[in-house]
Amino acid sequence: MSKKIKSILATDCGSTTTKAILIEWKEDRYRLTFRGEAPTTVEAPFEDVTKGVLNAVMEVEELSGRTILDGDQIITPENGKSGVDIYVSTSSAGGGLQMMVAGVVKSMSGESAERAALGAGSIVMDVLASNDGRLPHEKITRIRQLRPDMILLSGGTDGGTTTHVMELAEILAAANPRPRLGQNYKLPVIYAGNNKAQESIKSTLGEISDLDIVDNIRPVLERENLEPSRDKIHDLFMEHVMAQAPGYKKLMSWTDAPIMPTPGAVGSLIEMIAKKEGISVVGVDIGGATTDIFSVFEEKFNRTVSANLGMSYSICNVLAEAGLDNVLRWVPFDIDRSELTNRIGNKMIRPTTVPQSLEELVIEQAIAREALRLSFIQHKAFATSLKGVQSERTISDAFEQSSSGQSLVNMMDLDLLVGSGGVLSHAPRRQQSARMLIDAFMPEGITQLAVDSIFMMPQLGVLANIDKEELKDDASQAALEVFDNDCLIRLGTCVSPVGKAKPKSKMADVTMSFKDGSTKTIEIKEGSLEMIEVPYEEVKVHIEPSRGIDVGAGKGEPLDSIIYGGVVGLIFDGRNRPITLSTDPSQRIDSLLNWSSAVDEYPKGDLF
Amino acid sequence: MAHSYTPGLKVLKKTLFRKERILPLKGKVLVKKGDKLSPDTVVASTNLPGNVQMLKVNNILNIEPRDVVDCLVVKEGDIVKKGDMIAETAGIFGMFKSFVDCPVDGTIESISESTGRVIVREVPIPVEVDAYVSGTVDEVIEKEGIILKCDAAFIQGIFGIAGEKRGELVLVSNNSSDELTSDQITEEMAGKILIGGSFLSLDAYKKAMSCNVAAVVVGGFNYYDLKAVLGYDLGVAITGTEQLPTALIVTEGYGSIPMSDATFDLLKNNHGNEASVNGATQIRAGVIRPEIVIPMLSESEAEDSLSKEPEGIQEGSTVRVIRSPNFGKIGTVSSLPSELKKMESETMVRVAEISIDGVDTLILPKNIKRR
Repeated sequence: MSKKIKSILATDCGSTTTKAILIEWKEDRYRLTFRGEAPTTVEAPFEDVTKGVLNAVMEVEELSGRTILDGDQIITPENGKSGVDIYVSTSSAGGGLQMMVAGVVKSMSGESAERAALGAGSIVMDVLASNDGRLPHEKITRIRQLRPDMILLSGGTDGGTTTHVMELAEILAAANPRPRLGQNYKLPVIYAGNNKAQESIKSTLGEISDLDIVDNIRPVLERENLEPSRDKIHDLFMEHVMAQAPGYKKLMSWTDAPIMPTPGAVGSLIEMIAKKEGISVVGVDIGGATTDIFSVFEEKFNRTVSANLGMSYSICNVLAEAGLDNVLRWVPFDIDRSELTNRIGNKMIRPTTVPQSLEELVIEQAIAREALRLSFIQHKAFATSLKGVQSERTISDAFEQSSSGQSLVNMMDLDLLVGSGGVLSHAPRRQQSARMLIDAFMPEGITQLAVDSIFMMPQLGVLANIDKEELKDDASQAALEVFDNDCLIRLGTCVSPVGKAKPKSKMADVTMSFKDGSTKTIEIKEGSLEMIEVPYEEVKVHIEPSRGIDVGAGKGEPLDSIIYGGVVGLIFDGRNRPITLSTDPSQRIDSLLNWSSAVDEYPKGDLF
Repeated sequence: MAHSYTPGLKVLKKTLFRKERILPLKGKVLVKKGDKLSPDTVVASTNLPGNVQMLKVNNILNIEPRDVVDCLVVKEGDIVKKGDMIAETAGIFGMFKSFVDCPVDGTIESISESTGRVIVREVPIPVEVDAYVSGTVDEVIEKEGIILKCDAAFIQGIFGIAGEKRGELVLVSNNSSDELTSDQITEEMAGKILIGGSFLSLDAYKKAMSCNVAAVVVGGFNYYDLKAVLGYDLGVAITGTEQLPTALIVTEGYGSIPMSDATFDLLKNNHGNEASVNGATQIRAGVIRPEIVIPMLSESEAEDSLSKEPEGIQEGSTVRVIRSPNFGKIGTVSSLPSELKKMESETMVRVAEISIDGVDTLILPKNIKRR
């Protein structure tokens, strides 16, 4: 098969590291072949992002033996052993894209605007709303303090009343906000509200801002229309924000597709996978400063950023928000509390250190569980059906308490849980990653687990989004094939029956039929955790839950399904939901040690 | 020779210190290039736009927003005083009129026919920026501020709280491993910058604040004591705006840790000299570390004695371990092998081999810093 694209260079300029990957067409498929990284050079003394990019690419050159650079230029297209066919990049350097959004009603147009901004890959610094309880002058002070990269203003349904959205516009005008980067350009403002107010908005904000008007984000209460706002945010990210960041003009001239904000690229990849496979997915990227969660349920994509939950810069905030007791409940040994807080504080102020001792690793992974758990709580609260929608109710609905604004996240429906970020991708044993994901997200029923091997989802995301007609088919194929073959490490499947059960009672019987024809039956007991090593291959299962217990087919209903093993295998989790640990320290430690031992989580020794 | 580039904090005996002193909004620069500055010299000033009051005139007068304009007795740009009438209705036969009075002194900024609101901008808030450090004006940034320069000793801490302070450096601890205790702090130390050794307890810090000490520079402080000082858990290390009488600059980390010899000796040698400090810290993109600047008023040292910026760690470097289980130990790097090694945690990392007192050798991930 002849391919228009034979080689792809992709970079991700993160806030600390710039990562470069080389993808090549090998025989009959695209594969990741080499990878390089170098410190990001956005800040002093370099102040030019391209220097870090060139350093990372040079590492790829050295490893691959392919000449990619001609001085300070990337050679395109490929010519024999030199050059690459296309070059793409994502960026979150310099704090990424920081936005402020405004809507008339906080839980309606405010939330829709927030969803659009988050979906485009930005950090939402604040949501202004007519009903947020703040007085006008307080809102004005807040806008001035924050200095966002851009503002998204929404509110009102098309043709409806314009008063409230105009009030917000007047507040913005009075604040006369200035952009974060660059003193001499006007702040980009996107208006995505009531179309009847467009002319008045132009006269109020046209002079003081760089105003763009797009279709209403909520044209009617029952429908959200995020696409036009998201696209405009991407355009403005390139035109304004990136153009102000040091070295980006040069970088933009090198790339064959627009530079995307890193989380936007990851989100679009996850959305694409969910669509292609027809499954529901949760993806998490736990970084040093923030934790991003992406989900697709009922074909609806949502992303949240927990701006201050992370494993280095924000590690003390995890401690502050979760509380020391919640962190320590995952630690199976006694430790002096004041010494522990000093240790965690030292990790925050010297974020690049790595755990040397097993004790340190266990503590770090305990903190990760809490950071993930808290981020997921925030995500579930945000990923909801539209609020404020009226639905017809019949007499048969009268006893149902469901209302608009229900969380879309249903753990029983979740098919695939993907983890990435240092603490998950680089855990010394994959069992540790699996345990962290299960303990924090508490999947129910049957859920596949995976981790991103080296966090290359951003590069694959931008690749999947190439618009150029002559390149897009090959680029999208490359993104999917590399995602499947090189990016995702399949950990296995977690089977978690849920429902009321007495301690140590039987929750379900599971009969497995393996590829080699052999079968095995196990009993899942309440409070237990078991693992069976099975490589990434199909396993037919028949699950008979006990009365009142659900594994996905309903309470007490048997289920036949096909599940997959992986580098960890099949995990049978009888710990019910939510996972509760005994308040008695010795019982708690016993449980933790048993669970660790069951999945071979840590090396045997003094601690385990 | 193998190198390891871990971010180091600057401890410079003499350097050309340059500092931007910039207004938050464009304004007026009050000094010119070459002017000599003392820390208190005001170098630039401006007026921040005043707060805004939004008056719902249509609601108060009970009229439609589009009718507001007809009732106004002021226009955009008018200067108004508190109590001035800004709108009135015609009433019935001139009787039963309704009024709207201005709640503050200010200027009529805008009048909206779509919402019926009148926006009054309060009087501007004057803002001044001082020089912070003694020196000269190296560059004037038109309407924004200046870049100041001076020869100075310059030290970065790892973490600090409270903003800019200045005062005379006073050596309190005799040794880098001594704790600075509360009984060593006296009323006479008001306005001074105290130099401690390994640790400052919460009690000692409270005493320093009660004595109006300008700042304390010390090796370590307990993380959990910060809550008692700040009133909240410090989740994210972004500080500098705390309104505290005494700035705290920690040079090594949390816990009791002897101040590094280079830092302690430099501070000790400057006992009695004036210094400016800033506890502001931001451990995020655009990292900011707390700083101690000791301007050199005499030209005693030749230019070529300028200290070099810290280099990466290499074989022979004296280093300190900055993470458990060997936290605080000092040794010499004997080797920086390039291949990955497996730690007790099973983490595969590049390591440093460190000789402690020429006897024990530790093999560690690069959780080390130059001493």
